Amino acid sequence: MAGTTALALRGITKTFGAVAALTEVDLEVGRGEVVAVVGDNGAGKSTLVKILAGVHAPDSGTIVAGDREVTIPTPAAAHQLGIATVFQDLALCENLDVVENLFLGHEVRRLRLDEVAMEVRSWELLRQLSAKIPSVRIPVASLSGGQRQTVAIARSLLADPQVVVLDEPTAALGVAQTAEVLNLIERLRERGLGVIMISHNMADVQAVADTVAVLRLGRNNGVFPAREVSTEDLIAAITGADDNVVAQRAQRSNERALS
Amino acid sequence: MTDIQARPTDRLDERLRHDDGLRGQAAAWGDRLRSGDLGALPVVAGLVVIWGVFQALNPIFLSSANLVNLTMESVPVGVLALGVVCVLLVGQIDLSVGSVSGLAAAITAVLFVDQGLPWWIAVLAAVAAGCVIGWVYAQVFTRLGVPTFVITLAGLLGFLGLQLYVLGAQGSINLPFDSALVDFAQLAFVPPWLSYVLVVLAAGGLFAAGARRAAARRKAGLSARSVRGLVVRSVAVLAGVGAITAYLNQTRGVGWMFVLFLVLVLVLHYVLTRTSFGRSFHAVGGNAEAARRAGINVRTVYTSALVLCTTFAAVGGILAAARLAAVNQSTGGGDVNLNAIAAAVIGGTSLFGGRGTAFSALLGILVIQSISSGLTLLNLDSSFRFMVTAAVLLLAVALDSVARRSRASHGKA
Repeated sequence: MAGTTALALRGITKTFGAVAALTEVDLEVGRGEVVAVVGDNGAGKSTLVKILAGVHAPDSGTIVAGDREVTIPTPAAAHQLGIATVFQDLALCENLDVVENLFLGHEVRRLRLDEVAMEVRSWELLRQLSAKIPSVRIPVASLSGGQRQTVAIARSLLADPQVVVLDEPTAALGVAQTAEVLNLIERLRERGLGVIMISHNMADVQAVADTVAVLRLGRNNGVFPAREVSTEDLIAAITGADDNVVAQRAQRSNERALS
Repeated sequence: MTDIQARPTDRLDERLRHDDGLRGQAAAWGDRLRSGDLGALPVVAGLVVIWGVFQALNPIFLSSANLVNLTMESVPVGVLALGVVCVLLVGQIDLSVGSVSGLAAAITAVLFVDQGLPWWIAVLAAVAAGCVIGWVYAQVFTRLGVPTFVITLAGLLGFLGLQLYVLGAQGSINLPFDSALVDFAQLAFVPPWLSYVLVVLAAGGLFAAGARRAAARRKAGLSARSVRGLVVRSVAVLAGVGAITAYLNQTRGVGWMFVLFLVLVLVLHYVLTRTSFGRSFHAVGGNAEAARRAGINVRTVYTSALVLCTTFAAVGGILAAARLAAVNQSTGGGDVNLNAIAAAVIGGTSLFGGRGTAFSALLGILVIQSISSGLTLLNLDSSFRFMVTAAVLLLAVALDSVARRSRASHGKA
C-alpha cells in the first residue's frame, strides 16, 4: 500500500478578488507519507489548508482522492472523503474532558450517552498514538499544549481518515512537547495515513517529513526529498532569492573553503 | 508488571495518584476543593450558616411548619431559576424571566377566569406563549446578532407592558379557591406513606443506576466505584432525605408542587449530563467556535436554551399565580427576576458559561427563600430582604470569580 497516492491536487487556483492566493499549485501525498508544506507568510499555505478542509472551493484545478476525482464543497464533504484537518487553534472545549472533546458532535447513543464505550474507545485511540495523557476524565484546560495537540489529532482519527492535514502542529509548543507531536506524526505514518503538515519550523520539517513542498507567492517553488535537501536550499526556495543572510553566510564559508 | 496489568485501563498511568476506597475518595475531594473546584460546598455551607443564624434569632424558623412553607414558596422562582441555568450554561443571559412569568400568569388568569376556559387550556396557552417568546428571542439573537443582554432587557420592559395590557383596567384577577390550579399549589400534599415510598425508591434507584454503571465499567476494564461506596452513598441519601421528609410530615408534609419541582430538576439534570443535547449546551458555553467545528448546530443550541428558559419562566409564573390564588400587576415584578438569576448563580452555575447543573437552581432558591423567610419572621420588611439578598448574590459571584481564577491556576477550566 505504501507509496500509492492518497490525495493529489493538480493545478489548483484560487483568487480572492484581485489577489491570486494560489496559482496552478500541485501537491501529492502518498499513503504512509509525510509531506511538509512550507512557505513564507502569504505564500498560500492557509488557503491550501482551507481548500482541503472544504472551507473554500478552488476556482479551478482538480482534486483526486484515492483514484477518483472529487470536489470538497463543505467541511462535511471533506470528512466523508476521509480528509481530517487539525487547525492551528485546535478548537477544543476547555471545560469538557478528553472523552467529551473526542466525541463532541459524534456521541455514542445520543439519548443515553454510552460513556463506557466512549471511554474505552478513547483509551484505544490514545494508546495507538502512544499518547502521554494520564487520565481521559480531566478537563482539557489542565492539559499541556502538546497533550492538547494530541487530543485534537486523536479526534481527527476517530472518523478513520485517509489523509490528515495538520496546520502548524508545533507552533507555540516547547521542546519536549514538540518532540511528542513529532512522534505522533511518525505514528500516523506507520498507520499508513497520508500526512500534510504545514510548518514554519525547518528543524521539525526535516525531522519527520519525507517530502517538502515549497510554496512561494501562491505558486509551487520546488518539491524536495526532506532527507537530502539542506536548510539553506529550503530557505532559498521559500524566499525565492539567494540574497538572504543564510545563503550569504553559506556562500562565504564555501568561498573560504575553496580559497 | 502483574500489578500494572491488574489495574483498570484508566488507572495505568504512573503519574496518577490512586484514590481507591472511601479514604482515597475523601482525599481526592479535598484536592478538588483546594484547586477551586468547589462544587456545591459553598452553597451548602452558606445554607447551614443562614439556617443557624435565623434559628438563633427566631426559634420558629426551623420549625416543621415554616420549612413546609419554605419548600412551597421556593417552587415558582426555583422553576424560573432552572430556565436561567439553561441560558447561563450556553454563555447567554435572560433578564426577562420575571416579566415573562408575569405575562404567563396573566394569560392563564384571563383565559381561565375571564373567558371561562378549562384550566388546562389556559395553562397550555400560557406555556405556548412562553415558548414563542423564547423562539423570537432566539431569532433576533442568532439572525441579527443582537446580544441577549439587550434583547431580554427589551423583553423585561415589553412583556411587563403586555402583562398590564392583558390584565386590563381592573389590574387584578383572583383565581377561584376550588380550582385545580390553586388546589395543586396550596393544598395538595403527598400522603406520608407515599412520601416514604418515594424516598426509598429514589435511594434504591440511585444505587441501582450506580451499580449498573459500575458493572459496565468493570466489564470494560475501567475503574469503577466500589459497591461499598455506592451503598454508603445510597444510605446517606436515604437517611438524609428520609429525615427531612419525616420532619416535614410532622405538619403538612411534602407538597405535590415541590415534588413537581424536584422532578423538573432531575429531568433537566439527566438531559444536561447524559444526553448529547445537554453536552452540546456545555460545549457551546465553553467554546462556541469549537462546538460549531465539531458539527454541532450552534444556532439550534442557542434557540433551545432560550426557549427552555422562557418556557420554564411561563411555568414558574403559572405556579406563582396558583400559589397566590391571584394575578395582579406586580406578579413577576419586583425582585422575582433578580432572585431567579441570583438563585442559579448562588447555586453554582457560572455567569461565564459552560459550567452549571440543574441542582444549582434547587440549592440557590433554598438559600434565597431562607433569607426571605427568615427576615419576614424577624418582622423586617423588603428593604432588608433586598439588601441581604444583594449581598449574598455579590458574595456568590465573587466566590465564582475567585474559584474560576483558582481553577485556571490549577489547570482546570
